[in-house]
Amino acid sequence: MKELYIQLSRHRVLAVTAVLLLFPWVMPYEALAVNILIFGLFAVGYNLLFGYTGLLSFGHAAFFGIGSYFTGMSIVYLAMPWYLAIVVGVLASLVGGLLIGFLAIRTRGIYFAMVTLALGQIVYYAFYKADKWTGGENGLRGVKVAQIDIFGIQINFVDPITKYYVLLVFVVIALWFVSRVLASPFGAVIEAIRENEKRAAACGFDVMRTKLLAFVISAGICGLAGCLRALHLSIVPVDSLHYLQSGQVVMMSLLGGMGTFFGPFVGAGVLLYLEDVITTLTKHWMAIVGAIFVCFVLFFPKGIWGTILHRTERRLSITAHEELR
Amino acid sequence: MTVSFDLLAMQMLTGIALGAIYALLAIGLSLIFGMLTVVNFAHGAFFMVGAMLGVYFFTLTGNFWFSLLLVPLITGGIGLVTERFLVRPLYGRGIDYPLLLTFGLSYIMIEAMRVVFGVEGIPSSTPDLLRGSVDLGFGGFPLYRLFLIVVTGAIILGLWLFLEKTRFGLIIRAGSRDPEIVKILGVDVAKVWLIVFGIGTAIAGLSGILASPTRSVNPEMGVAILAESFVVTVVGGMGSLMGAVVAGLLVGVVYSLTSLFAPALAELSIFVLMAVVLLFRPQGFFGKAGLMS
Repeated sequence: MKELYIQLSRHRVLAVTAVLLLFPWVMPYEALAVNILIFGLFAVGYNLLFGYTGLLSFGHAAFFGIGSYFTGMSIVYLAMPWYLAIVVGVLASLVGGLLIGFLAIRTRGIYFAMVTLALGQIVYYAFYKADKWTGGENGLRGVKVAQIDIFGIQINFVDPITKYYVLLVFVVIALWFVSRVLASPFGAVIEAIRENEKRAAACGFDVMRTKLLAFVISAGICGLAGCLRALHLSIVPVDSLHYLQSGQVVMMSLLGGMGTFFGPFVGAGVLLYLEDVITTLTKHWMAIVGAIFVCFVLFFPKGIWGTILHRTERRLSITAHEELR
Repeated sequence: MTVSFDLLAMQMLTGIALGAIYALLAIGLSLIFGMLTVVNFAHGAFFMVGAMLGVYFFTLTGNFWFSLLLVPLITGGIGLVTERFLVRPLYGRGIDYPLLLTFGLSYIMIEAMRVVFGVEGIPSSTPDLLRGSVDLGFGGFPLYRLFLIVVTGAIILGLWLFLEKTRFGLIIRAGSRDPEIVKILGVDVAKVWLIVFGIGTAIAGLSGILASPTRSVNPEMGVAILAESFVVTVVGGMGSLMGAVVAGLLVGVVYSLTSLFAPALAELSIFVLMAVVLLFRPQGFFGKAGLMS
């Protein structure tokens, strides 16, 4: 049992990939699976900053939205092939992350959440008002990708299952990248900053630069999730830039388990699935989601996956040295 | 584009009226933060509840002054319950948790108002006594906005007297500097925190009803203004009463002047202002460097 657990956490990307390969077959319909896949990646990218670096950002919708908009605009106005559009989207969100991160890391502690929220709103209003290019309030329409072509093979992108597996390729690459980052010395430093910033600085690590780098990487992953969403939805809603969208990804991370590798995915899955179920029962799903979130903050701050991991580790008496979250 | 002096003065005064609301919201946020180190992410929701209940009681009783008195008591009451049963268990568990909790709470409050009053919002009106406009020498200025400025000034003055001249105000000021020492001196700090949270949310509700005749009243009205009051708090410096007032008025004036010269950039301008302040003075105008670490 213990050996299995350690093997699983050592090969976490493979384990997650196996789960995600089977995932669309257990969902009520495929579009929900695609949605969870995209938001799962968004939450994983966000968690890199929130869970691992310990910085609570309320502005990550900006990067998600920038990724979506730049992918969308590249396709709509420049008729770029879809893969190039993704590259453009990710690059744009990296630049956005660099600019916002540079300003935000100048503040510390609780200020950070307020400042990232406000800086994110700059992006929201800028895209909202630039309706000539972005469609403003109605969002960007007409991001049509019906047929994609991979090394000469034509693939039908309208079929949700096919779409899921195409997007999964990108998600798995991103997950591998995140896992690699977390397992690197850099990953150890960001966790050190989360645990004790002053001590990390005293150990000689450049805290500001590390934070900024973590911010930018996180923005890039969230941007990639946004790019995939633009391809999935064929439109880019302007709400994807709003701070309430940032709030949603905060909720996902906490519900799933911040600072765990797979937790954000669990959180995204649970939240979107609940939303899907509750909206069929009542239109007041926000109150229920809010109440569930409040309960988690009060009673299960480790989140669903975090609590499961914690219990398993205790039962199998796994020491901190052996665990690899 | 030529802008006459009259128009400019008018727009400045409109900005000050808007800034008065910002100042009140930022004072509430700052008061709670200074004392409890809690950023109340439900502050916008308290503002919204204040506005909605205010309009509801106003149309029900026909008496604006009655609801002006009642509403802060209700939102303050909700604030007391929130602090006692939701925020208090989180003390000592990290600075982010109360913030996350109040964010979740804002969802519940918004949805509760949708259940009670519907999603469209309710039409608000200006009390009869305060309708019309007064001639200030550069054109007619709406009487209600003038009232808004005067009342806000009175509230801020009252609050300042309360904090500076009363015994309880002394405890609050001491408590926001060093709660440990205040505890050792025999003050029940938990009770002070409770009351401060109540006062902060009462002011949020009060600013909601005060703002209700000047904007559309609906369950989402607190969403955007939360971000704007954060801008004010960051510009002014967290935990500073003076900063909240100065930055509130500044942000209000910047907003209304930008909407005169470049209407499309009005919302954007105040956030850009914040970015500029962050670049040169990350702790805000009146904030102390390193206070928030």
